[in-house]
Amino acid sequence: MTRAWATHDPTARPNGQVFGRAPAALVIAGVIGFAFLVVPVVAVVAKAPWGSVAHELGNADVRTALWLSLATTAISAALCLVFGVPLAWALARVDFPGRRVARAFVTLPLVMPPVVGGVALLLAFGRTGLIGSWLDDAFGITVPFTTAAVVLAQTFVALPFMVISVEGAFRSTDVRYDDAAATLGASRLATFWHVTLPLAAPGIAAGTLLSWARALGEFGATITFAGNFPGVTRTMPLQIYIGLQSDPDAAIALSLVMIALSIVVLVALRERWITGVAP
Amino acid sequence: MRRRVVAVLAVLLAASTLTACGGGGGQTLTVFAASSLTGSFDTLASRFEQAHPGVTVRVSYDSSTTLAEQIAAGAPADVLATADQQSLVAVERGHDLAARPVQFARNTLVIVTPPSNPGHVSSVADLAHAAFVVCDPSAPCGAAAKTILHVAGITAKPKSYEADVKSVLAKVQLGDVDAGIVYVTDAKAAGTAVRTVAIPSRLDVTNPYFVAPVKGAAQPRLAREWVALVLSKGGQQVLRRAGFGPQQTPPSPRVTTQQGSGR
Repeated sequence: MTRAWATHDPTARPNGQVFGRAPAALVIAGVIGFAFLVVPVVAVVAKAPWGSVAHELGNADVRTALWLSLATTAISAALCLVFGVPLAWALARVDFPGRRVARAFVTLPLVMPPVVGGVALLLAFGRTGLIGSWLDDAFGITVPFTTAAVVLAQTFVALPFMVISVEGAFRSTDVRYDDAAATLGASRLATFWHVTLPLAAPGIAAGTLLSWARALGEFGATITFAGNFPGVTRTMPLQIYIGLQSDPDAAIALSLVMIALSIVVLVALRERWITGVAP
Repeated sequence: MRRRVVAVLAVLLAASTLTACGGGGGQTLTVFAASSLTGSFDTLASRFEQAHPGVTVRVSYDSSTTLAEQIAAGAPADVLATADQQSLVAVERGHDLAARPVQFARNTLVIVTPPSNPGHVSSVADLAHAAFVVCDPSAPCGAAAKTILHVAGITAKPKSYEADVKSVLAKVQLGDVDAGIVYVTDAKAAGTAVRTVAIPSRLDVTNPYFVAPVKGAAQPRLAREWVALVLSKGGQQVLRRAGFGPQQTPPSPRVTTQQGSGR
């Protein structure tokens, strides 16, 4: 299979010169899709009690939740990177029996309702769980209701995003570079480290961003598996949910904070990593 | 702002109503009820349907505050039953009720532990050295639990403030905590899956349950009959079997739970 197209950058050429005007049907569908994604965000911005945003940020509980969210999602994204990239590499480059089944299992947390994921984590790492009971007996470690549980919940739901984007990147880079490195005497690990990984860098950057974003918004698995205690497990999504019960306006102000945070990080990193690294 | 959010929810709910009764040609009575009434109102619904051939009872269970907001936003309910007074007062203030609300039951809190009682909890005081969870104080069960812990002089913090009483029960059933504070009706519904420790009446906090027909109901006559069924001897028996206390008890001086949702 030829992959020559991968070596030149389609965006370098002005669209109009070769392809003519964009087809109206595609443009209209694209605009509808964009509007559907953006309108709810605009609604939050338009309806938000702007005056109370500053007030909410002054609230110690809110600041604690914000800090907890930032700290836990940074760790979760790092864990996704450390474990997700090798897993994606194995799925893309190693021929092993049951690879298709393994791939299906990797995507399972994507379709599983997060609350179900939380219950599954409790059954695995809970005090009476498969691994949790052993941890409890052998080391006296209880995982649920700890900040570590928040990280586990976030990583559980975010890891598939990393694996899918990175696997896609590995599969679309030319295997012949790997072959060439191997022919020149590089070990498989050296090939991975110096050839495969740099070629997949844009995909890895995208995967890291996606998994971080998924971890930041994570709610269901967290509240089920890690519980809800200020400063320990109450991340921003939980703070917002609890707020909705008693003070909806405050909850909307906090949603605004989270949206702003996501936009800043996504736009900044996307520009820098993805466009910057792309050929 | 809040109204708008609720209005959207109400529209979604109305849409689901339409789907739900798409097939039948008969009358449908729509009851909005606090989630803690689930078992009892399901039983009453089938009794009501037996007594009224051709009538379908559809009960929508949610937290009392959510239900009250949905009705204020024009959701198509015939009857509203809440686990507190506060949310009904809000609906009444908006002149959305067709008659004065009547108290029909009350619910109290108990401590539940896993059957093996790993934390050796046999009194409120034992919570001080056990891993336990309660509802978040924004929910009535959490506000009541907070009062109980305060009055009992327990300064130990729970492991987690759960979003609703069902989550508290789940954590206990899964054995992830030594104890949790739930409604007696939840403990009863869980059967042998949990061990129940009563909370002494001096600490006891009671939630009053109210029911009222909604103004502009599509089925005003059926709505009145539903209220009558709930207050009838048979209806009260069903509630009593689920663990609810009798109606019309004089309010305890320490009732601090009449706000938020009745989950």
